[in-house]
Amino acid sequence: MDELLKLLRKNALETPANIAKMLKVPEKEVTARIAEYEKKGIIRGYQAILNEDQLDLDCVRAVIEVKITPERGGGFDRIAGRLSKFPEVESLFLMSGGYDLLLFVKGPNLKEVASFVSEKLATIAGVVSTSTHFMLKTYKDQGVLMETEKEDERLKVSP
Amino acid sequence: MKDSKSRRKIVASHVDDIPKSGIRDFFDIVSTRKDIISLSIGEPDFVTPWHIREASIFALDRGATSYTANLGLLELRQLLSKYVGRSFGVNYDPLTEILVTVGVSEAMDLAIRAITEPGDEIIYHEPCFVSYSPVITLSHGKPVPVVTKRDNEFRLTPDLIRKKISKRTKAVILNFPTNPTGAVLNREDVEGIARLAVDNDLVVITDEIYSELVYDGEVISIASLPGMKERVIFLNGFSKTWAMTGFRLGFSCASPEITEAMMKIHQHVMMCAPVLSQKAAIEALRNGNADVIEMRSEYKKRRNFICASLNEMGLPCHVPKGAFYAFPYIGGYGMTSKNFSLRLLDEEKVACVPGTAFGESGEGYLRCSFATSMDEIKEAMKRMSAFVKRLQK
Repeated sequence: MDELLKLLRKNALETPANIAKMLKVPEKEVTARIAEYEKKGIIRGYQAILNEDQLDLDCVRAVIEVKITPERGGGFDRIAGRLSKFPEVESLFLMSGGYDLLLFVKGPNLKEVASFVSEKLATIAGVVSTSTHFMLKTYKDQGVLMETEKEDERLKVSP
Repeated sequence: MKDSKSRRKIVASHVDDIPKSGIRDFFDIVSTRKDIISLSIGEPDFVTPWHIREASIFALDRGATSYTANLGLLELRQLLSKYVGRSFGVNYDPLTEILVTVGVSEAMDLAIRAITEPGDEIIYHEPCFVSYSPVITLSHGKPVPVVTKRDNEFRLTPDLIRKKISKRTKAVILNFPTNPTGAVLNREDVEGIARLAVDNDLVVITDEIYSELVYDGEVISIASLPGMKERVIFLNGFSKTWAMTGFRLGFSCASPEITEAMMKIHQHVMMCAPVLSQKAAIEALRNGNADVIEMRSEYKKRRNFICASLNEMGLPCHVPKGAFYAFPYIGGYGMTSKNFSLRLLDEEKVACVPGTAFGESGEGYLRCSFATSMDEIKEAMKRMSAFVKRLQK
């Protein structure tokens, strides 16, 4: 992967001036390349990674395994596309193995998520079965640990 | 019993005479301070990759708690033989030419002890790692420093060595990439030094602990040049390459004659390197290549950033080709290295080791380690820039 993208992945707030220094390229080039990635749709957005457990939010998250019947001509894409439109669905993947689609769903409470599954998801033609798992605690998200690691234990000065 | 007047000195004079390390001095000062950013640390900020730690845990779980062969686990030596062959282009026999040690520090001590007669001179380049001169002294040898300069990026050229060769010269120590200057030798330098070694029948001890952290250009080990293997003691270890400093694991590669001599000392003073560290090292050599690539790429970005920032603020700094230290020149501000670093510590809470900790020729320089997170480096550069601005007024 381009080093520029790696840097942005680690810290999307990194300034073009700093990136330029790290990669030994002119700042203008960094700005232009970022713009190009955005234009091409390779960079699709910038978000903060939050430890929501600390925020005491009224919300629950669930992972839902969905089996569907693939359609002639479109495979899984049409149903997947339809499911993606629900605002409750945060992420959606096509999977190999015992089920077809994996959904990450968010709702204000358990009841709301349950009703999303039973009323919206399970009633779609082509959806064969669903299996819902509620998430209890986040330890690591998108490569980031949710607990601050202990301080640097190295000696402050060493040869 | 003798009375107090005639009592013999307890500490041997050749030990007593070794000056206190500049690093220890500076450590004593820094450790009394709080909330400082330290660019003074000579070890990776990365934690040992998990799969390597896990291999060691697994070994412990399986009851690997005993001595190993003096030379080290055969499996490890076999892997080392392959690794050195592949990465440095020289083949060593795992049965007779490779010794696993407790860090390169032990390997360096063994190497020097194994070859030094009292009074033998050993040439090394300065500014350099703090231990070379004391270890030579402890072996009753005579340390002969060669000063390297910024104008050729602290490289050691054959000419510089030639001037220091005498009838008593036994060996030359090389450490490239160099701690603290990040210097790397080019092919011409290495070939010239090899010729000198052959012409003057010298042993070459090459400490290549930073060899995997080279950012520009090729790595040429003097051991790989034709005819050099029998007179070279090649030292390397896991500390920097796989962020394994606390495992204390190094190794030496040399002719059977030299290896046997080093092993003789090793078996009496150390017995063997810790088995759990050796198990971890096996995993590092087997599956650790991606770790190295990842860490090297991160260090390179930090190096680029720190050098650009130092030059920008008015501290001229060559771009080190290897290791993880920037070595900016601070002599233009009318202060000694020590005073500069103490004021920087007092006024901006940034700790950089004064160049003099690495030999007198380090006067006028600071060592700024970039083995610390990018966020810390950024903050440190901000503070140093403010400090330098005040000096410029």
